[in-house]
Amino acid sequence: MDITGLVPLLIVLGAIGIPFLVYLALGLGEAVLSLCPPGPQRAMRPWLWLLLPLGLVALILIYPVIVTVATSFQDARAESWIGAANYRWAFSGAMLDVIGNNILWLVIFPVVTLVLALIAAVLFDKVSYEPLAMTIVILPTAISFTAGAVIWTQMYSFQPAGSPQLGTFNAVLQVFGLGPVPWLIQPVVNTLALIFVAVWLQIGIAVLILSSAIKNVGTEMIEAARLDGAGEWRIFFSMILPNILPSVLVVLTTMIIAALKVFDIVYVMTNGNFGTDVIANRLYYELFAANNLGHASAIAVILLISALPVALINIIQFRTEVRP
Amino acid sequence: MSKTARQSAVPLSSHGFIGLAADRVRGRGHLRWLVHAVVLLFVLFWFVPILALLLSSLRPQAETAASGWWMALPRPAFTATNYMLAFDQLRVAGSLGTSLAIAIPTTVLVILLSVIGAYALVRMNFAGRTAISLLLVALLVTPPQITLVPLLRLYNLVGLSGTIPGIWLYQVGFTLPFGVFLLRGFIASIPQELFESARLDGASELRIFRSIVLPLSRPIMASLGIMAFLWSWNDLLIPLLFMGGSSLPPPITVNLAGLVAQTTQGQGPLMAATFLSVLVPLVLVLSLQRHFVRGILGGAVKG
Amino acid sequence: MTSVAIRALRKSYGTIPVIRDVSIDIEDGEFVVLVGPSGCGKSTLLRMIAGLETVSDGEICMGSRVINDVAAKDRDIAMVFQSYALYPHMTVAENMAFSLRLKGIARAERDRRIAKVGELLGLGALLKRYPRQLSGGQRQRVAMGRAIVRDPQVFLFDEPLSNLDAKLRVEMRSEIKALQHRLKITTIYVTHDQIEAMTMADRIVVMRDGRVEQCDTPLDLYDRPANMFVAAFIGSPAMNFLHGMVEKRNSGCSFMSCDGIELPLPPGAGQLEGRPVVYGIRPEHFGLGGAGSLQARIRLVEPTGSETMVFLRLGETEVVGLFRERIAAREGETIPIRPDPSRIHLFDPDSGRRLI
Ligand SMILES: Nc1ncnc2c1ncn2[C@@H]1O[C@H](COP(=O)(O)OP(=O)(O)OP(=O)(O)O)[C@@H](O)[C@H]1O
Ligand SMILES: [Mg+2]
Repeated sequence: MDITGLVPLLIVLGAIGIPFLVYLALGLGEAVLSLCPPGPQRAMRPWLWLLLPLGLVALILIYPVIVTVATSFQDARAESWIGAANYRWAFSGAMLDVIGNNILWLVIFPVVTLVLALIAAVLFDKVSYEPLAMTIVILPTAISFTAGAVIWTQMYSFQPAGSPQLGTFNAVLQVFGLGPVPWLIQPVVNTLALIFVAVWLQIGIAVLILSSAIKNVGTEMIEAARLDGAGEWRIFFSMILPNILPSVLVVLTTMIIAALKVFDIVYVMTNGNFGTDVIANRLYYELFAANNLGHASAIAVILLISALPVALINIIQFRTEVRP
Repeated sequence: MSKTARQSAVPLSSHGFIGLAADRVRGRGHLRWLVHAVVLLFVLFWFVPILALLLSSLRPQAETAASGWWMALPRPAFTATNYMLAFDQLRVAGSLGTSLAIAIPTTVLVILLSVIGAYALVRMNFAGRTAISLLLVALLVTPPQITLVPLLRLYNLVGLSGTIPGIWLYQVGFTLPFGVFLLRGFIASIPQELFESARLDGASELRIFRSIVLPLSRPIMASLGIMAFLWSWNDLLIPLLFMGGSSLPPPITVNLAGLVAQTTQGQGPLMAATFLSVLVPLVLVLSLQRHFVRGILGGAVKG
Repeated sequence: MTSVAIRALRKSYGTIPVIRDVSIDIEDGEFVVLVGPSGCGKSTLLRMIAGLETVSDGEICMGSRVINDVAAKDRDIAMVFQSYALYPHMTVAENMAFSLRLKGIARAERDRRIAKVGELLGLGALLKRYPRQLSGGQRQRVAMGRAIVRDPQVFLFDEPLSNLDAKLRVEMRSEIKALQHRLKITTIYVTHDQIEAMTMADRIVVMRDGRVEQCDTPLDLYDRPANMFVAAFIGSPAMNFLHGMVEKRNSGCSFMSCDGIELPLPPGAGQLEGRPVVYGIRPEHFGLGGAGSLQARIRLVEPTGSETMVFLRLGETEVVGLFRERIAAREGETIPIRPDPSRIHLFDPDSGRRLI
């Protein structure tokens, strides 16, 4: 197939043709609506407009959630019901290590990101070259997890002691006369190393959110505190931090969700070897290598349930925001 | 103005900007230097890996095998061979093409359907609109993994697997809750009188959408667009699963992930391919930073 | 260029009635002003006429056609909003052209009409600007222009001048009036400003709580208010009210206030003898001195140059007087005042309705 000709064709089709059709369909629907009396017209119009967006969401998100929950109680080929066996499997044996790793991700990734982002946001605020520093910190947010994994594979690269180190970190260790660390091989260290890649990739989001929150804290209040003789630590902990707590929560929940879903980094850098496996990667394995739909679904449901508290927090926040 | 200054400053290396302009840090001297030192450390840590990628992609094979990327600084010896190899042997051009063919339509469709949905949700009165809004907020955090088992089967059933429109469909549906969420606040802030005025001027609902809503929402649509493009371009999981069995070159992320596993081509071409893959999003974020920042801040569920 | 008839119109939001039984007949080319306290339903009524709100009950007609079920876009009504609602992404010319384009009017004709209206409103030099590049007064003009260029059947204005400064407001007021005279387009205009209402209207509709209290020409409204609410609402400073009885005196009938002040009555008040009434007199209808004047104690004098406003105490009641004369007397002193018997209003104390 001639890809060079196909790409423009697909782009024209998807970015011009389909939008045009969507618009046409709306026009058609409106034309039909205009034949109705005003009452029903008003009642039906929202549904005409929501038909396509909601339909897509229902197809891609809602329907699969329901089916997956059902499949998680079925056997490997999703043919017969087997009760909670998949869940028993998910919380036993080798899976416990995988879940342990996920818990490591769930705790360490959000906390490290938050702490580093807080430091960055507060300190960037104090220097004149803040825009430049900010730009550099958000650059990695543009990079795919895959590319980030490639980049950091090189940073973590390890040669046995004695030979010249090509990885940046081990080279630095060598300069200080320390032995090289097998960053991606040594258990626990490797999971931490993977987590740091995610921190590097995602911290820009956190810094942006926190920085904008910090700038919204009234300068007058802070100046008053300064005049009262409060030190910078004091100001941070008793003035700034309480005022940006909502944003801190946002950062935490965002990062928790990112940690739950993490797949690309593990898949590319270690493929779950050396005790780095996580749930999402395991799901990929169950789906493709083991072909066990029941196991895969149970894992997916566990992921979903872990995300539920965050969804709940979001909903509560949203409601208070919309209805002041 | 400050924006352009910011952009042009970035490609410079990570030194040479300390001491620019007036210093905002007050207080005692050593504390001041500590602040600068920590900020500098951040900047280094976040910039060096990208620099490393660029330099590695430009170094000759022999150099790469013998020494780390930093040796390119004292001993600059650059070549474009890695890039040629990447294009010739790694199908990078084809992969970039496939990625574009996925990301551009996805972006356009996400924007269009999000505006349509947000407009209906914010500007039309009907029972159930709060419920729908809440449902979308809840779906914001759905892990994509939950959808895989049924959708893979469905895609196989209807012949969508291995096709690019199948990926559009998935990515658009998955990104829509975010899109609607991001746009709804903005559209709600357009004064109601504007719509009423247009209606009295004789505009139909569709016309209002085209002539009032779309042009006025352009800034936030740009924000959504850049985020949607980044997600689509950077996505690995979905194309990895749903593009299997396609005769097209794999999207760039899938291609890269495969290349990491096999080391036959050596580090150089992989680095070149990786750099090419991050070039598009980096340029996008740098040139549209304002929109990108608005997208991130607007997309956070704030309290 | 059509008449508008509103018949037994009602509107409620949920169970809360906002418009209750409003009927108004507006003639072709008439300039009708809606006034009333905040929240009385003026905007709601206007928006119902425009088609922006649904009708709960009753009818709205343009000419002989009932338009309850005609969509706003098909009513051919132009509205000027308080916030102007200019399209921010269109130039002045594009703002005006929008409705014409939708009507399918050809380019040349559009340009001709825009140029003409631009000239009429002095917008010629601004046609290529965006709304954000205009001053408040200019924006107001553009909003007017956008309405005029359509040559609609009916103009609706919802407090169009309230965002302008006082001087500009006076200017625009006479300009709008002159324009309407020229174009002869049926106009319904909502305002809070009494002077605006009095000077511009052919007829004024006074509303309260979703009902029409009175609908009359400005001078009739001033001279013969139908009830105490209208009497108090129209005129500034507001009419003075005193409670008391009509009593027989040696020479005829007089008003005897509760605290024993005797005030003259117009001829024909004899029929009310023995009835409790509310005695209404506008501040400007007190005279100074003369036969039968009463001593009133001055509480405060506010000279404005052309007139003098005096806050007085008449028996137990506070009243306000407005005099063309300069008043030399000071606080605490008394002056002789005399109500003009021919300008007296008598109201029923229970219903508030006008008796004479
Ligand atoms: N959408 C709505 N839902 C419920 N009540 C409404 C709505 N719109 C208006 N109201 C109520 O209807 C009444 C009339 O409102 P309206 O805006 O017509 O008043 P108005 O006379 O124009 O006041 P103002 O002079 O302040 O503009 C008010 O009490 C208002 O609270
Ligand atoms: Mg109003």
